[in-house]
Amino acid sequence: MEGWIFFLFNGIVYGLLLFMMSSGLTLIFSMMGVLNFAHASFYMLGAYFAYQISTIVGFWPGLVVAPILVGCIGALVERYFLRTVHRHGHVAELLFTFGLALLIEETVVLIWGRNPVPYSVPLDLDFALFQIGGTSYSAYKIFMMAVSIAMFVFLYGIIARTRTGQIIQAALTHPETVGTLGHNVPRIFMLVFGAGTGLAGLAGVIGGNAFVTEPGMARALGTIVFVVIIVGGLGSLTGAFIASLLIGVIQTTAVAIDVSLTDVFATVGVNLQEVPLHELWSKRISDVAPILPYLLMVLILVLRPRGLLGTRDS
Amino acid sequence: MTLGSRFAPLALVLGTVVLLALLPHMFDSRYALTLLNQLGIGIVFALSYNMLLGQSGLLSFGHAVYFGLGGFTALHALNAITDGDLPLPVPLLPIVGGLMGLAVGIILGWVSTRRSGTIFAMISLGFAELVAACSNIIRGYFGGEEGISGDRMSGPVLFDLTMGPQRDVYYVIAAWMLVSALLMYLITQTPLGRMANAVRDNPQRVAFVGYNPQTVRFLMFALSGFFAGIAGSLFAINFEIITAQAVGIEYSASVLMMAYIGGTGYFLGPVLGAIIYTALSIVLSAYTEAWMFYLGVFFIIVVVYAPNGVSGILAVHEPVLRARLMHRLLPAYALAFVTGAILLIGAVVVIESSYHLSQPGALTTTMSLGGIEYDADAWRAWAFGLGALAVGAFLLRETIRSVGGAWADVRTRMGGEAAA
Repeated sequence: MEGWIFFLFNGIVYGLLLFMMSSGLTLIFSMMGVLNFAHASFYMLGAYFAYQISTIVGFWPGLVVAPILVGCIGALVERYFLRTVHRHGHVAELLFTFGLALLIEETVVLIWGRNPVPYSVPLDLDFALFQIGGTSYSAYKIFMMAVSIAMFVFLYGIIARTRTGQIIQAALTHPETVGTLGHNVPRIFMLVFGAGTGLAGLAGVIGGNAFVTEPGMARALGTIVFVVIIVGGLGSLTGAFIASLLIGVIQTTAVAIDVSLTDVFATVGVNLQEVPLHELWSKRISDVAPILPYLLMVLILVLRPRGLLGTRDS
Repeated sequence: MTLGSRFAPLALVLGTVVLLALLPHMFDSRYALTLLNQLGIGIVFALSYNMLLGQSGLLSFGHAVYFGLGGFTALHALNAITDGDLPLPVPLLPIVGGLMGLAVGIILGWVSTRRSGTIFAMISLGFAELVAACSNIIRGYFGGEEGISGDRMSGPVLFDLTMGPQRDVYYVIAAWMLVSALLMYLITQTPLGRMANAVRDNPQRVAFVGYNPQTVRFLMFALSGFFAGIAGSLFAINFEIITAQAVGIEYSASVLMMAYIGGTGYFLGPVLGAIIYTALSIVLSAYTEAWMFYLGVFFIIVVVYAPNGVSGILAVHEPVLRARLMHRLLPAYALAFVTGAILLIGAVVVIESSYHLSQPGALTTTMSLGGIEYDADAWRAWAFGLGALAVGAFLLRETIRSVGGAWADVRTRMGGEAAA
């Protein structure tokens, strides 16, 4: 039982991190129609910037500076490239961000090398905060959770309470109308793109040292974030939230389940040892953990193509 | 309008047959044949990809799935031939791989072609990751780390092709490339091919005419899987080994870059793209660790500045050539070329130096670039590189203006001729 609480806890921490990225991605997508392929690359940049800053002045300044830097880069990319590419349509935009992801990965290799960098949890937080039934909970994980939640409260405040937030909300459902009303939509786009990538950068700052900071980290997480926003429904922040937690918990708890389909069928007296593809059925859930998010995505696409809480079809 | 329609198609096909037959005699070194074989595989793969991106408007990030699964199936079939379980000549293996590509295309296409546009692109990526993750799990089929290997010199012999020498493999690949390219071209001429273009441009109107856009997308998707499977089988025959990398995102990314760099708007664009991409990656990777970086930059430049690809650039010059006004553009181009070269030299120095410094294997900071030895950590190298980069960038901006001016001049002259 204690083990389950521990896995659930890790799943929620990971899920909140996923939401920090998927919220920005889904906001950018629903406003601008751009699926930012390089979103996870900004997550990686956040981690590397924070590492570089931490080698000079320590972890805490990086927590603030790195996401801002990443957000500025994101805003510049939007202003000077995406806007140019926009004229050629959505496919060109998608391809541009795809190329950008490739380029950011290669640039990271160029500067920091191919091996992981030693970006570690700050000493102030590197201890076990409390124990539940013999399992200790790291203070840093609690800190990650706190940062994520604080960030969402802050974001929610902006979106629900400020004028800019109201324009963003309006642009989510009626992007054209907002422009017709005389708002500077390109500037809002730049702002949202910068904020979204900055948020991904923040996720990188607090996630890079909890996991590994290496050039492959963007690719590993990038597709999971896509799965999250497909499952949650494009354009829905609540959907992205539910899907993030769902996939976070699935990915971390599945590793602990030592049961296979063959075992399950054996308990009801059906023997799967002899049926075709027996290799597949005899896999334990823990072995197939990496593909579970994708299976969930396929299931959602077949049963409910617009996602859990999606409202828009395009 | 396709690039091919300007030639008499039959003459083009015959010319290609003669050229393909002569190529191994003109370049008979092992290296040249290896290159030609890879080109042939790349061309089939890129053309099959363009059935989606160029002809149906479907941007897929997971085309390697059909390529790789076709290749794996072909190798399993090859091993069955070696064991005497399958009486099939090796040159016909691509049929098996193609059918596998078709089958997978039907299954995955049924789910993914329900959507189009950006969502289709995301789904294709999800499937690519799904299959890539499966390759770690279903080890019997994918062969784990070592992959699956086979021996192509087995089974019944067809047309004296023992498949031993590289040249035999070349003829098999060339023949399949020609047949696949012809079939894919013919598909563009069928009602299905035409409707696919219509679905790409305006799905609503297609629905009004009485076609189901989803069905059209699905059929094109499945057929494209078939040809990707053929390309994968050719890969399997050529290398006699295939690993899980073949279903991975790198292969999907390269076929996308091939098709787009070549230009998706013309049937022969991806052929050009496959040649450029394969040649660039082979040549660059022989000289530098950073080859993927250069290819990435090249790809982004094409996306931002030449969205119709290299064939698009060639196509806009065709009327200029016919009006005999090319000489008015060339001086501006030459100037742009020189300034671009300055920019490129600066960029290469900066990129190569920082790569050299960041790699853990580097024992000294001394490195050599183009035969010149220098210290990558010295300020002089960086001042030179960054200086050339800045000067080149500034001059290039100016010369691009003069290119624009030359074009405006040419356009007015051509317009004048048309009026006269």
